[in-house]
Amino acid sequence: MPLIKDGRIVEDGWTTVADGEAVPADRPAIISFERWQAERDGFAGRNAALGVRVKSGTLAPAIAADLDRFALIAVEFPKFRDGRGFSTARELRERYGYRGEIRAVGHVIPDQYRFLVRTGFTSVEAPECTNEASWAHALTEITVAFQPSLDETQPVSLLRRRYGA
Amino acid sequence: MNHIAPGAQAGVYRYDEIDRQFVAERVEQFRAQVARRLSGELTEEEFKPLRLMNGLYLQLHAYMLRIAVPYGVMTSKQLRKLAEIGRKYDKGYGHFTTRQNLQFNWIKLEETPEILNELAEVDMHALQTSGNCVRNVTTDQFVGAARDEIVDGRVYAEILRQWTTLHPEFTYLPRKFKIAIMGAESDRAALRTHDVGVLAKRNEAGEPGFTFYVGGGLGRSPFVGKLIREWVAEEDFVAYLEAVLRVYNQYGRRDNIYKARIKILVHELGQEKFTAEVEEEFARLRGPKYRLDPELVAEIRKRFGAPAFETLPTVSDSFEKAKAQNAAFARWVGVNVAEHKAPGYAIATISLKPAGGIPGDATSEQMELVADLAERYSFGEIRVSHAQNLVLAHVRQDDLFTVWQALEANGLGTPNAGLIGDIIACPGLDYCALANARSIPLAQDISARFADPVRQQAIGELGIKISGCINACGHHHVGHIGILGVDKKGEEFYQITVGGDPTLTTAIGDILGPAITADETVDAIEAIVEVYLATRSDGERFLDTLKRIGHGPFKERVYAAH
Ligand code: HEM
Ligand code: SF4
Repeated sequence: MPLIKDGRIVEDGWTTVADGEAVPADRPAIISFERWQAERDGFAGRNAALGVRVKSGTLAPAIAADLDRFALIAVEFPKFRDGRGFSTARELRERYGYRGEIRAVGHVIPDQYRFLVRTGFTSVEAPECTNEASWAHALTEITVAFQPSLDETQPVSLLRRRYGA
Repeated sequence: MNHIAPGAQAGVYRYDEIDRQFVAERVEQFRAQVARRLSGELTEEEFKPLRLMNGLYLQLHAYMLRIAVPYGVMTSKQLRKLAEIGRKYDKGYGHFTTRQNLQFNWIKLEETPEILNELAEVDMHALQTSGNCVRNVTTDQFVGAARDEIVDGRVYAEILRQWTTLHPEFTYLPRKFKIAIMGAESDRAALRTHDVGVLAKRNEAGEPGFTFYVGGGLGRSPFVGKLIREWVAEEDFVAYLEAVLRVYNQYGRRDNIYKARIKILVHELGQEKFTAEVEEEFARLRGPKYRLDPELVAEIRKRFGAPAFETLPTVSDSFEKAKAQNAAFARWVGVNVAEHKAPGYAIATISLKPAGGIPGDATSEQMELVADLAERYSFGEIRVSHAQNLVLAHVRQDDLFTVWQALEANGLGTPNAGLIGDIIACPGLDYCALANARSIPLAQDISARFADPVRQQAIGELGIKISGCINACGHHHVGHIGILGVDKKGEEFYQITVGGDPTLTTAIGDILGPAITADETVDAIEAIVEVYLATRSDGERFLDTLKRIGHGPFKERVYAAH
């Protein structure tokens, strides 16, 4: 599936591995958080990067203890209307200081892209025949924001400000 | 009498170029979303929340557009624009809602981007008036004018408006989220029926702070908001709300639409556990990032400007004389006029509840008249009340008679604010796909039955609220007398409750007995009123009498004929 970063489709260096299938030892792989919990010792000597995929009901505190083991966290949106992932990403960044990639997977739409970026997501897995232009456009159509968020380092003030000013 | 410079609008937040740019960008964004829906790029399921967040609702017969009137305050210019839109795109009228907004009930989807464009010309929009986001914040319709005011809630309501606008984390909540804020001694905003009710007050040092009630709500399972924090300092205002919303966004139920409001979360977790979660989150969030800087508050306060009140004597001779000479005027003053904090001024409520009329409806002509009156006599400012009336908040007592004459001549002088004719009714089966029964015709019948203003005044404070189904858009649970539409084998029936109370002493009304027909309901109201009048002691309000004598006598009389 196409991977969106900075408003463009980019090469995806990660492989998502279904539960029960072998995890490649030599390249970045994403496993389910459930599998991680069951088989964590088996990954002890792993050199290649490891990522986990968490369900929308698995909130940031549940994965906090192991964060230094993951180079990527894929947060699932079962339906685009289920907005828990926005809080999860934000807590991973603000509360637990997570610096790796946070990826939105499942059902998200371009109209949510700005929110995803602002809550700390770095990439989005889009559906197969997605319109790339809509993702790029989603980052430019609104140029005013009213809250501090993760896409700026130093908020000017608590409320209204402009992007990129 | 043109003693106020045109354009010197008192209590309305003034947009600048950044605010305008934002609204313009949102219009273009919606235009593009409509185009993507039409091309099939967005599914109907995906488009629905996007259109809802732009105020566009699909009703029984047509689209409805709900326009935001932030905390119920607008300018004459804005009201004129609403009148114009009503004439051009609707049937020449609009409907003011219980959340201080305005709805047009007969809108075409393809015309909405154009309407939004026209609204943007006067710094208005329909943003976040629907959908699972933080909705338009409501407040006291007498804000900035009431004599019992302690803190001006507008400033904080505007802070909330800004902070919640396209909030990246809280735009896909489990369910809609409604906040009300009050800063006076009496609760005119039904705080404890909201997801969050904020009571603004001052400590001994005079600093503003806030009491938080969380988890109120009506609908299928009514709950009274619980006090979760007595004092949140001004600088923590945003951090605390952020904490409440984060707890809700993470733990609120998403498996069942009827259990998704925060009231259910508070109920299921229990008040203590919920409060502990919020406190924990708050302790983490509190800090420089979310600190509400007093300078920022001052800056926003400045954008509202302050009305340039003249120094007037407390008593106006011409006003006293007019009252003495004209009984109808005196009655209207007694019922619809409230005390203003500035000497010589008064607050006038314009009832949108004429006998036999549709509660909350106003024609384009009426809106224009009110806009003119506001411009001439009330600093160009109009408020919408949650009781679906309009308010001129700063009228000189000297001018009240002139204002009343103009209102009276245009069907807007009904003296029934807070009385039995001031009925709140949801759209019901006339518009709404979820309804069991009609609400509007019943409201019309009741107000026609009690049309006599002398009788209404004699009955005194009595609020009737009608909902066409259990979703409770008409707030029937908290009506002194509540009426709920139910379906009995395909026929419209109504269930009466008594004893509801929307103020800080919030109470959910109790069911009086079996549901009855519309005609019987009007008679039942009459019977309840008769029992009250016959048994009340001096100065006793309906609620007081009810408390003293209980339901028995009311029930007996209502169901005597059955
Ligand atoms: C076609 C029209 C409408 C439909 C289909 C509709 C639907 C609903 C539904 C389903 C709820 C329950 C939501 C929940 O508790 O989670 C609700 C609540 C509410 N509605 Fe409406 N509504 C309509 C029109 C209106 C109008 C015109 C008003 C205002 C005049 C209004 C005011 C409210 C209010 C204040 C509540 C909140 C009650 C609470 O706190 O639970 N609604 N509506
Ligand atoms: S209370 Fe029921 S009938 Fe009335 S507007 Fe709400 S959903 Fe419709």
